[in-house]
Amino acid sequence: MKLTLKVWRQKNASSNGNFETYQIDNIIEDMSFLEMMDVLNEKLTKENLQPVAFDHDCREGICGTCSMYINGKAHGPLKGVTTCQLHMRSFKDGDTIVIEPWRASAFPVLRDLIVDRTAFERIQQAGGYVSVNTGSVPDANAIPVAKAHADTAFESAACIGCGACVAACKNGSAMLFVSAKVSQYALLPQGNVERADRVLRMVAQMDAEGFGNCTNTEACEAECPKEISVSNIARLNREYLAASLSK
Amino acid sequence: MTLDSKAPKGIPLAEKWKSSKFNYKLVNPANKRKYDIIVIGTGLAGASAAASCAELGYNVKTFCFQDSPRRAHSIAAQGGINAAKNYRNDGDSVYRLFYDTIKGGDYRAREANVYRLAEVSVNIIDQCVAQGVPFAREYGGLLDNRSFGGAQVSRTFYARGQTGQQLLLGAYSAMNRQIKAGMIKSYTRHEMLDVVVKDGKTVGVIVRDMVTGEISRHAGHAVLLCTGGYGNVFYLTTYARGSNATAIWRAHKKGAYFGNPCYTQIHPTCIPVSGDHQSKLTLMSESLRNDGRVWVPKAKGDKRKPEAIPENERDYYLERKYPSFGNLVPRDIASRAAKEQCDAGHGVGETGLAVYLDFADAIKRMGQKAVEAKYGNLFDMYKQITGENPYTTAMRIYPAVHYTMGGLWVDYNLMTTIPGLYALGEANFSDHGANRLGASALMQGLADGYFVLPATIGDYLADVERTAVSTNSPEFDEAEKAVRQRIDTLLNIKGKKTVHEFQRELGLIMWEYCGMARNDAGLKKGMQLIQALRDEYWKNVLVPGEAAELNQNLEKALRVADFMELGELMMRDALERRESCGGHFREEFQTPDGEALRNDDEFSYVAAWQYQTQSAADSILHKEALDYEFIKRSQRSYK
Amino acid sequence: MNKFAVLFTSSIGRKLVMSLTGLFLCSFLIIHCAINACLFINDGGLTFNAAAHFMSSNILIRTIEIALFAGFIIHIMQSVVLTMQNKKARGSNSYMVSNTAASKQSTNMGILGTVLFFFIVVHLINFFIGLRFSAAYAYGYDANGHHDVYSNIAAVFSQPAYAIFYIVCMIALGLHLHHGFSSSFQTLGVNHPYYTKLIINVGYLFSVIIPATFAAMPVYFLIKG
Repeated sequence: MKLTLKVWRQKNASSNGNFETYQIDNIIEDMSFLEMMDVLNEKLTKENLQPVAFDHDCREGICGTCSMYINGKAHGPLKGVTTCQLHMRSFKDGDTIVIEPWRASAFPVLRDLIVDRTAFERIQQAGGYVSVNTGSVPDANAIPVAKAHADTAFESAACIGCGACVAACKNGSAMLFVSAKVSQYALLPQGNVERADRVLRMVAQMDAEGFGNCTNTEACEAECPKEISVSNIARLNREYLAASLSK
Repeated sequence: MTLDSKAPKGIPLAEKWKSSKFNYKLVNPANKRKYDIIVIGTGLAGASAAASCAELGYNVKTFCFQDSPRRAHSIAAQGGINAAKNYRNDGDSVYRLFYDTIKGGDYRAREANVYRLAEVSVNIIDQCVAQGVPFAREYGGLLDNRSFGGAQVSRTFYARGQTGQQLLLGAYSAMNRQIKAGMIKSYTRHEMLDVVVKDGKTVGVIVRDMVTGEISRHAGHAVLLCTGGYGNVFYLTTYARGSNATAIWRAHKKGAYFGNPCYTQIHPTCIPVSGDHQSKLTLMSESLRNDGRVWVPKAKGDKRKPEAIPENERDYYLERKYPSFGNLVPRDIASRAAKEQCDAGHGVGETGLAVYLDFADAIKRMGQKAVEAKYGNLFDMYKQITGENPYTTAMRIYPAVHYTMGGLWVDYNLMTTIPGLYALGEANFSDHGANRLGASALMQGLADGYFVLPATIGDYLADVERTAVSTNSPEFDEAEKAVRQRIDTLLNIKGKKTVHEFQRELGLIMWEYCGMARNDAGLKKGMQLIQALRDEYWKNVLVPGEAAELNQNLEKALRVADFMELGELMMRDALERRESCGGHFREEFQTPDGEALRNDDEFSYVAAWQYQTQSAADSILHKEALDYEFIKRSQRSYK
Repeated sequence: MNKFAVLFTSSIGRKLVMSLTGLFLCSFLIIHCAINACLFINDGGLTFNAAAHFMSSNILIRTIEIALFAGFIIHIMQSVVLTMQNKKARGSNSYMVSNTAASKQSTNMGILGTVLFFFIVVHLINFFIGLRFSAAYAYGYDANGHHDVYSNIAAVFSQPAYAIFYIVCMIALGLHLHHGFSSSFQTLGVNHPYYTKLIINVGYLFSVIIPATFAAMPVYFLIKG
């Protein structure tokens, strides 16, 4: 397979970036998208050019590190997969592929395709936890949890924090990410005690980080590699309103 | 130096941890804030230790190379976590979990450590549930369990196929709470490049900011290395691409002994390599072997499609060689048998490095619906990666490295041979002996982090000066200088071969000579090859870019440099251990059935290696004898 | 900060205001549409004029009218703030290629809203200001002594250019409602595996029936000549 790649290159956060075009050959269908990028980087290195910096780690779709906006979609054309799980058989010989970093003010580009997602960290730190110290806990089976609630909580907790929702949203909104965390705890009795405080603090931090507002376009759900549902966002709205009025 | 495991002796097993906890010196609550603890790596072990120490009142700094602690590779663990809760009333107990773990480790683990692990396993589940980890539940609302990895009891707790993820997010949330409280300062995209030792004690670390390239010094009264395993020395593994051995190897070079480096676990059912471009192997649950049949074509180099090969031209070699266990033989046997077939030229697929795992019979017998219900997600994953439909054609599988039982040698208190330097989780050698049981890795990481280390660290700190450690010392100067020099050297070689090429070559050598089956001649040859490759590396590696910028090639170059030394030590250890046990199989030492043949008389010890020069040929072996006070050892058999 | 100030300046709070005012405006559309449907009664506009008279003379309705204007203004102002925030959040570098899965109407609510804003201005000039604020109503009175609003509408709708403008704006209204109706419920936190589907379908019906009824009016007068 021969491909033309248009890749965003940017030296660091303070410099301006631009697109560079690369021709690449001998790409086989079985390669993952990131392996195709490895091939490009080996080629650039050998030509004494700077390889393209991109985030990646587990390469099995669970760590949430990889983050590429491929041909106008977060994590590329397939539904429900991360970039590392995308394979070249999704492309054809002669294709032009445009590869961009996540775009959002809250996710500044650090280099090439790598963005800074620490805004997510600070949102989690604002309240994404249950305040229990190690050791001071009851037996695991002391509090039964309805299976339906546990299952729904799990589905929300499956978020890998990759930021595709923000990247896909025209408003750069982090509502899907925040709502998944808020939902997980809101659905479990363990999270119930701090429920109101948690949602108020996490939303305040989300706003402070400069993420946009949710206009319910649902692009986030469509491009989320873990297919987190926007019903979480409704739950977040509900939780936030209830907490605002009751606190 | 004689190795003292510090495990309490002469008291009943069940009393050892209790009595130790009582005998540990304590740090006054008001004084805890005067101690700084540095945690390197924020996976299960690191995040749980950081959170728990911060809760106790210590000042904690955490460092991880990922952009978030949540991305550590603990997140990829699928199956579950063991705990001796006996919620199933099926006869489980702390003692049984202890016994199973010792036996699974082929009698090469410390009894006292393993018993403690089994003991605290029950607290881990309580802790995680309280944190809001959404474990699988039954309709009555109580926790579900399953049997895993051939265990006779159902003691595995799970959250679908993402148990590691959920447990890590739990520990991460506990850590976040302490960051918010100001007790933890978290540094992400920072990599530790050296440990600083002063007057025989750990005083801090040198780290590199991976965004700016800035080198900085961080002082602490204790340093915890929670950096996971070193399997990436094999290049193609189920590890994350970033997983590396730099932290533990740097510590080893500063005086920490390395325990049992040769013990490597190889998982039989991974999706095979599809070509030279391959960067990663993906594991599929070994439950597939419950219904799938493993076979290769009888004819060498048969390139026909599997469905075109008639029944009488297939060799169901596991069923043939192990008639009673068939496709369900243990991991190591299945792995080795696959390798044998491929080495003999019967391998399938493009590369010839794969065997078939065929569900045609299962689909005939159970119907496609039933197979889908049982294995649907695994089949989907296979299809996504290979582009082949496993419902209509046989899957191809091959073994891959996925865990290292070895690691830094630690005593019962998890302290390495450098006072003040601890190793937790997969980074230490301690609890799995020569082979790890399924669903035990998560248990060990969290046991170390939540319960063991927070109790043992006070015993050391109580005797340490409470004044802040200064980073202004000749030791820090020297360590920082060495780190800078190393970086400059790598950048200035400007050779012809990329880091990637070297890493792949190293991986091939390791896999060939120190993989599933090892022998004397191969190991000796492998050591020579590594020495030569290492020499070439320092003359001919090409690392583009600069030191003071985000430079992924430089990061990798530093890690590969350490793998180049570690790989040789693994071979040396494998060479010295002239027996087969668990994840270490020496072809010279096997039963007539091809089973691992242990030699308890000569090798019932932990090999703890002391660093001398970059060549492992010079390393000094120290032996910690393993005395079995409570368990009687036996030879396993699958006939 | 006061807790209500926090609520209404937060992203979710602002959206809540959008949603509540939006739904309020939807209720207005129902009344407006129902009354205007009287135009189709073939009595020379007597019924319609009577209804219009009631709407402009009843004290309760006049009070709600103030709320209605307030609703419009808040809805518009809030949307301006949100759009500005969202532009800022997206950042200065836009994607070279974008293949969003989101519907066109959901991503263009601001543009649709702007069209509707201009429509309302023209609409008020045509039908409201003259009626309410001029001393002598240009279209006089009908047989019952009510303002002859019917004639006013007939005169305006008989102009093909205006009729087309009106119909185009009704399409914009339909698209705005198509996303806005169910979106309001989502913002209010109403989400349920079954009822959400129902709300979405009701929203789709609403977004077709109301604008179509309005759009039928200029068509009716054009045909009627």
